[in-house]
Amino acid sequence: MAKGKKFSPVPTPETQHYWDGAKRGELLIQQCDDCSTHYFPPRPFCPNCGSRNVKVKKASGKATLYSYVISHMLRPGQEDPFAIAVVELEEGPRMMTNIVDCPQTPEALLLDMPLEVTFEEWDETITLPKFKPAGGATS
Amino acid sequence: MKPKSIAIVGAAETTKLGVVPEMSELMLHADAALNAMADAGLGPSDIDGVATAGPWPTDVAHYLGITPSWVDGTMVGGCSFMLHVRHAAAAINEGLCNTVLVTHGESGRSRVGARGFGGGGATSLVGQFEQPYGIMGPTTMFTIPALRYCKEYDVGIEKLANVAVVQREWAHQNPRASLQDLTSLDEVMNARMIAWPFTKPMCCLVTDGGGALILTRADRARDFPQKPTYILGTGESVETPLVSQMEDFTTSRAFRVSGQKAFAESGVSHADVDHLMIYDAFAHLPIYGLEDLGFCERGEGADFIWERNTAPGGKLPVNTNGGGLSYMHSGMYGMYALQEGVRQIRGVAPAQISDVKISVVHGVGGMFGASGTIILGNEAP
Ligand SMILES: [Zn+2]
Repeated sequence: MAKGKKFSPVPTPETQHYWDGAKRGELLIQQCDDCSTHYFPPRPFCPNCGSRNVKVKKASGKATLYSYVISHMLRPGQEDPFAIAVVELEEGPRMMTNIVDCPQTPEALLLDMPLEVTFEEWDETITLPKFKPAGGATS
Repeated sequence: MKPKSIAIVGAAETTKLGVVPEMSELMLHADAALNAMADAGLGPSDIDGVATAGPWPTDVAHYLGITPSWVDGTMVGGCSFMLHVRHAAAAINEGLCNTVLVTHGESGRSRVGARGFGGGGATSLVGQFEQPYGIMGPTTMFTIPALRYCKEYDVGIEKLANVAVVQREWAHQNPRASLQDLTSLDEVMNARMIAWPFTKPMCCLVTDGGGALILTRADRARDFPQKPTYILGTGESVETPLVSQMEDFTTSRAFRVSGQKAFAESGVSHADVDHLMIYDAFAHLPIYGLEDLGFCERGEGADFIWERNTAPGGKLPVNTNGGGLSYMHSGMYGMYALQEGVRQIRGVAPAQISDVKISVVHGVGGMFGASGTIILGNEAP
């Protein structure tokens, strides 16, 4: 196992709601009231039109696998190669994540496969959204 | 000569490249700067502008004994030096200074007096939304878009690997290259896996070195000992610090914006280009560069390289020093791409292409986060 201190993200005022949501088991994204754009990562204005009229909303949690690598460079707590992925949410935004409940192989990780969000307690303050194959684990 | 033309009148790398533990990072800047000043026949008192990335311009100016009237510390990663060239040209034309020194030095391998790698820590967007998922530097970030590209354009992984094979052919002709032995597709495909589908030879080297450039008005350029290298066009842009938020994983917006600016400013057509440098931190970058700069249609870059158009003897020689994959890569490689462009224009490159009139040098910073493009010519515009 690779050694070292476990990395933990630190929320800012603009992202606190996202991390609070993750702790409750909700994946939160944002939507602009003026142009309807869904966006991520969190910020208190729309990156499409600049409007401050934006709201936080719960994402459906459905996504597809957009792209990934299988890292052989291991971090603390990791013993085997694992996928670092970008998924595309049903609402449109993309986010980086890991794919869990699935073999970490090119044969099992097929681009555009359907996924659903799941949550992993990272430490006392942070819960990380991750994704797993939709409709249960593949063998 | 067009008014407001600018030329590179001094260019040099550090005396040694590769493993240089006897020099601190700041000394690598100075070693390259002293070599570039010697190349131009100038001393520190002749320089009145300083641009650098990594250390502050203050550090470099003080260390070299320069009293600048203009500085630029733009830091957007490995293409920062392309942006420095562009900004220096504008500053000289505005009368802010006359003779600009651009320096790079990085103890990427030996880490002597080295600064930490960037990133904003645990509160940055990368720290919050990418770092927790296990990224370990560029090898696990810059590489992520490639698989999407391969699916969209039905490109096999062997065509990514082939980029490393072809570039080694150029390095084979370069005695200063870190890796000079020819390699094969089998060797590259079966090498140690770093981040599937990228094996070690598909990822850049980590080495020590530096480079420096000296720029001035083109109407002064003939007074210097070396053949001038003229700046015909320049471009720059940035997109995002988060590779996961790149607009389209199959093409770089920053590449397109920067490239279009440079070509428009120069009036050069793609058919006029004799030589091309595309910053290759990883094997997919020359493919994106060829397409986003307009040398190939979307989806055709990998085949263009596969068909040996960019290889020795090909119609568009690319990364003729061996590139970041085989020549050297200190961390911010853009300076070495510029140096090779100047060498090809001067006619003194180890793998010299005959009769290079126009060279395009294209850089990337961050993980597709920034871009700078410089078009060089051997005749005054
Ligand atoms: Zn909007």
